[in-house]
Amino acid sequence: MSTAVRTFDLAESARRKLNQALHEAADGESFEVLNPRGAHAVACGITADIDVVVRGSVGYYGAGMHQQGRVLIEGNASTGLAENIMSGEVRITGNATMSAGATGCGGLLVVGGNAGARCGISMKGVDIVVGGNVGHMSAFMAQAGNLVVCGDAAADLGDSIYEAQIFVRGEVESLGADCVPKEMRPEHVETVAGLLAAAGEAAHGVDPGDFRRYGSARRLYNFTIDDVDAAQAAAQAAGGDHR
Amino acid sequence: MSTTPKGAPGGRPAGDLDPLAADDPQNWHLRESYTFDRNVIAEIRRAANTGIYRIRGWGAKRRMPTLDDLVFLGASMSRYPLEGYREACGTDVVIGEDRASQPVRLQIPVTIAGMSFGSLSAQAKEALGRGASAAGTSTTTGDGGMTMEEREHSSVLVYQYLPSRYGMNPDHLRMADAIEVVVGQGAKPGGGGMLLGQKITERVAEMRTLPTGIDQRSACRHPDWTGPDDLEIKIGELREITDWRVPIYVKVGAARPYYDTALAVKAGADAVVVDGMQGGTAATQDVFIEHVGIPTIAAIPEAVRALRELGVHRREVKLIAAGGFRSGADVAKALALGADAASIGTAALIAIGDNDPAYEAEYRELGTSAGFWEDFQAGTDPAGITTQDPELSARLDPELAGRRLANYLQVLTIETQILARANGKSHVLNLEPEDLAALTVEAAAMAKVPLAGTAWVPGAD
Repeated sequence: MSTAVRTFDLAESARRKLNQALHEAADGESFEVLNPRGAHAVACGITADIDVVVRGSVGYYGAGMHQQGRVLIEGNASTGLAENIMSGEVRITGNATMSAGATGCGGLLVVGGNAGARCGISMKGVDIVVGGNVGHMSAFMAQAGNLVVCGDAAADLGDSIYEAQIFVRGEVESLGADCVPKEMRPEHVETVAGLLAAAGEAAHGVDPGDFRRYGSARRLYNFTIDDVDAAQAAAQAAGGDHR
Repeated sequence: MSTTPKGAPGGRPAGDLDPLAADDPQNWHLRESYTFDRNVIAEIRRAANTGIYRIRGWGAKRRMPTLDDLVFLGASMSRYPLEGYREACGTDVVIGEDRASQPVRLQIPVTIAGMSFGSLSAQAKEALGRGASAAGTSTTTGDGGMTMEEREHSSVLVYQYLPSRYGMNPDHLRMADAIEVVVGQGAKPGGGGMLLGQKITERVAEMRTLPTGIDQRSACRHPDWTGPDDLEIKIGELREITDWRVPIYVKVGAARPYYDTALAVKAGADAVVVDGMQGGTAATQDVFIEHVGIPTIAAIPEAVRALRELGVHRREVKLIAAGGFRSGADVAKALALGADAASIGTAALIAIGDNDPAYEAEYRELGTSAGFWEDFQAGTDPAGITTQDPELSARLDPELAGRRLANYLQVLTIETQILARANGKSHVLNLEPEDLAALTVEAAAMAKVPLAGTAWVPGAD
């Protein structure tokens, strides 16, 4: 196990070299990435229990498909931050644009600033904490996991949501199809408290009691079939109305 | 819940007594409406009874221009044939040599298309893997992720990367021999997958992170990219995560094949899969299956035109055509039009036992008949293929079914070679449009080959 921090300056070396090194890293190693300058797919596909600090903003798919260890991005991120994260942690101090945490299956994503449209789209078990606001259609078709929004949520929150839970402290512009407000019971406050604590600085001083919960009304889970013949047959069998 | 009541349209199994026996003079005054035929009447009645659009499997059943409308010219005074059974005629296809450190090497120009565990039983997936591996070709995962059964039994496994990302696991991505980014499929360009509640068993639900028993409707758009510029970045990410080891395909339904192919090339694909409207599905709205997309014969030449213009045809970017292939003739014609390989789905299912007449009594119980069975969404497949029912799926012996598929793939390959040799080609990929003629004006216009007996290509300058 190495304790020295390995530094990659993307102004001088290629992204390929960085990602290859991260993919070959052993548990416990630490990395520092300088001058990312909006490069795409920085620190994606990490499978070892390592620490990576990216000093600057990244492009698309920063820490994409993250599986283990911790990635801290000191800056902003473009589309698909930590998309399909499986476990481990990804934190960003600034804002994330579209589809942050998309399809994430596990682990923790913390966005210090705001997240754009479709934050947590199709999430499948990841926990996402956003210190600021989220854009429209966040948690679209969200299947599992928790989306905690310390600020406001834009239009169509949770459209076509399955079993994921959404917690919003501020205003919700509108809810999407089949997404409804739900009772905030003590276990939900506890869930939010745990996630806020895990989020650390990004959610500093936020009271878990201030959140409202949203989830699926489960009205879209099955097709609605009005089987006239079957209903008529049942009515006849019961000696009822034959019309 | 079944969305298909007994006696639903789509199959019209003949009863024991045909009320319209044509040889009975008493019936001669009966005239069936072309517009409102019995199938149409049955569908209107079904819609009125249930209030839900029809959902079914299979692919388009309507009549449409097909590769049957093309013929090979064969050898003649000016073309020299090869000996049908002796002279070498290569069939191998390599994909991704330019960019992947481990390109896909297929021994035959026929692949098995993406079909999910969930829509198919584990036994069926295993059979497809066994058959494809024995024949030296690839099989493909589907919506719902990779099962270890199919990985184990597939020597070359293509991992589909789909809008729903159900079961999407980076470990599986790295275990795959190629990645196929699915934009659309021929049966439903623009539509997401469907898996109805009766097939969402606990294992399927767990793989997809969904509640059991729901009618699952997959996303139709990718969640984290929009358009070809994003796709280029997404392909870059997939290459980074797999350390540039495996080829990356992009699959599109045949909608705008010229533009879609050009954009897939621009995005960095190693192969473009173009799936014509005859392509099959496990479950989709009938209205979608029959009315969206263009036929395979029309799609291939347009995709080839894009590849040629970009200078990558038969070079850096390979074209895999799909949608309704049944025979070596179909495969050979697709290759002659410029595809590098043909992909089969429905035909592969039939080869392993779909619509088996041995189960006729049970098909009748379900209100259909062997040869008409299309209710893949229902989960009640007597042949044990499009089902998650443990008793039904146990009927399919994966080893035996795999041998059937290997046999069938061998026949497709040999038939393709027969036609290639007849046209004087020492490799099936040497087949070319010049070897073809069209039997109809429509086919000539779509395939861009001359109408038989003429030099006329409708629409050509």
